[in-house]
Amino acid sequence: MNDTAPQPGKEPVAELNDVTRTYKMGDELVNALSSFSFTFHRGEYWAIMGSSGSGKSTLLNLLGCIDRPTSGSYKIRGREVASMDDDTLSTFRGKELGFIFQSYNLLPQLDVLENILMPVMYQDEVPEGIEDRALHLAERVGLGGRLHHRPTQLSGGQQQRVAIARSLINDPALLLADEATGNLDSRTADEILELFDELHDEGTTILLVTHEQEVGERAENILRLKDGLVESVHRGRRGQSGATELFEASTPSTAAATRPGAGSASVSGSVSGSVSGPSSGPSTGGKA
Amino acid sequence: MAKRQSSFFRAVRLGVSSLLLHKLRSFLTTLGVLFGVASVIAMLAVGEGASAEAQEQIRKLGSRNVILRSVKPQEQGDTDSEMRVLSYGLTRDDFDRISETFPGVKRAVPMLQTPAEVRFSDNVCRPRVLCTPPSYKDVTQRELFSGRFLSAQDEASRGLVCVLSYEVARFLFPFETALEKRVKVGEHYFECIGVLGSRTPVGSVMLDPSSEAGGEVFMPISTGRAFYGERQTQIRSGSMDIQEVQLHEIVVEAKRDNDVLTVAQACRAMLSREHSDKDYEVIVPQELLQQAKETKRIFNVVLGSIAGISLLVGGIGIMNVMLATVTERTREIGIRRALGAKRKHIVTQFLVETMVLSGAGGLLGVGIGLLIPWIVERTAELETIVTPAAPILAFAISVLVGIVFGLYPAWRAANMDPVEALRHE
Ligand SMILES: Nc1ncnc2c1ncn2[C@@H]1O[C@H](COP(=O)(O)OP(=O)(O)O)[C@@H](O)[C@H]1O
Ligand SMILES: [Mg+2]
Repeated sequence: MNDTAPQPGKEPVAELNDVTRTYKMGDELVNALSSFSFTFHRGEYWAIMGSSGSGKSTLLNLLGCIDRPTSGSYKIRGREVASMDDDTLSTFRGKELGFIFQSYNLLPQLDVLENILMPVMYQDEVPEGIEDRALHLAERVGLGGRLHHRPTQLSGGQQQRVAIARSLINDPALLLADEATGNLDSRTADEILELFDELHDEGTTILLVTHEQEVGERAENILRLKDGLVESVHRGRRGQSGATELFEASTPSTAAATRPGAGSASVSGSVSGSVSGPSSGPSTGGKA
Repeated sequence: MAKRQSSFFRAVRLGVSSLLLHKLRSFLTTLGVLFGVASVIAMLAVGEGASAEAQEQIRKLGSRNVILRSVKPQEQGDTDSEMRVLSYGLTRDDFDRISETFPGVKRAVPMLQTPAEVRFSDNVCRPRVLCTPPSYKDVTQRELFSGRFLSAQDEASRGLVCVLSYEVARFLFPFETALEKRVKVGEHYFECIGVLGSRTPVGSVMLDPSSEAGGEVFMPISTGRAFYGERQTQIRSGSMDIQEVQLHEIVVEAKRDNDVLTVAQACRAMLSREHSDKDYEVIVPQELLQQAKETKRIFNVVLGSIAGISLLVGGIGIMNVMLATVTERTREIGIRRALGAKRKHIVTQFLVETMVLSGAGGLLGVGIGLLIPWIVERTAELETIVTPAAPILAFAISVLVGIVFGLYPAWRAANMDPVEALRHE
């Protein structure tokens, strides 16, 4: 398959190939994603946009390995998700993925530090110095002084910062955020997005689902969905400015490939693959 | 190993903090198990105490003894005759046969009883007047309170002496010693030479001096025969009722514990051969003891069933609440699953919470269950015995209840679809 072939110099993190996810609503079958093919690479920062019901969350759940495709192949870091059993997937999620939700989803019975350490709790062996890392992350998101507060004692923005620290505790290969700023006022949302920018600069791969234009525009690349299909792919503000230079400079192997085409090469590469999806796949979008 | 333990303790700590989010609900949930456990321990303690008391009383009859008693046979047709002599009961021949020919018998002690008023100045009571040889005290294991018991000398000389039970002595002589006082028994005066100790534990309720258990006056059997004969006359609603009984009671003491049942067997065989009426009864304390133990076994089975049912109800209550909790915390389950929790982690989490609930109920129940016997003992004057196994067993069962009734909710929680769980509001 040419569309899943790795781009020269780019390391694919998540490869979706002809993925369909079908929900059953009574007697009716709804294709939340139809013959979807796309590849996300390491260090990229994608905004996944689209109107409500376009399949954004479905895509993110598949990418986050909490859901499985009805058909098609999904490889994350080269491993086929369909071949992993429930326990393996759970471990994988805990070690390799970071989740940020719209409603923060902290546990009320745990304090800030314990919430940040949650993903570690379920790992068979605790990584060396993980407490220090948790402290460092709390500091980083500006909650160093509230380590033993309960979530209910924090503002929405603070809770989301805790959630971000939690998602980073295991240095994830993929950071997945579903409407992470949806519940926040614009100023707090801005602060969170700045944090994402910083993380991107440090090389974190971020997939951010949003339906807000301003939020999506800030990302490096924008993937627009419609009825479970790719509608368009284009560059965001970070992709056009020199903001990615830092990252490119720190990873010279990818820099060489990306530089000449100003990043557009990688995007168009993905686009060419995904465009074939809508034309060949049955267009059975659930909600028209 | 150490790591696994620490993760278990962390699970318990987590479970506790989750439960503390809803303190009242958690507390109410534990009540079922709490009362189940408390009632088991309390009832066991009271039952154990009652049984011990019953066994103690039987033992007081003498576990090596076989007691033969005369019993008035069922009244026959000619009840309207004005004056009749009813002759029944154990005979002196019976006594001789037992004491002289039965193997395995250490000694046999006869007793003759006469109805008589006992009086000192204005104090009058109607205790049982027992005419016995000196060995009666030893064979029935009575204790002396003061003075001495009847002696062979009294027996030989048909002495006019008597020994009072503690209750009779207290009744006739509330403020002074009974010793050397002259007590009127029926028509004759007897000198009091001793007082026997009470049959009930010191400090407990005083028995009625006219009652079967409390009221006893002892005199030599030779004296009794000489003064009162073997006829007991009672005037009852106009008609005179005369009974002729040679011996009211024979206490047969076996040589060894193992002989008791054979001796009892021999007595029964001999009596049924010699007596055409069933005008006697044979009391074998050892058999009664056996019965008491059997009764206790039945009691324990009943108790066990009640305990089982109440713990079942408690368990169902816990399961009910845990199912509601699982539904309520669907989202939390989704979060945990997304952050790497395996199914077994979710199972463990909810199982531990259920066990903490039922275990806490069990602990509180043990506390209250130990408190109740303590209160009962002080207010109802019942003896209670808490066997160490009872609280331990009750607590272990309550934890087990937690596991059994926690499994299904935990299983439900673990099998939720993470995506669905995360969408849950
Ligand atoms: N659990 C589900 N059961 C049935 N239909 C679902 C389920 N989840 C999503 N869908 C449907 O799939 C489509 C895409 O949903 P979703 O991915 O949540 O969209 P978005 O996040 O972009 O709003 C919608 O038509 C939605 O109704
Ligand atoms: Mg959505």
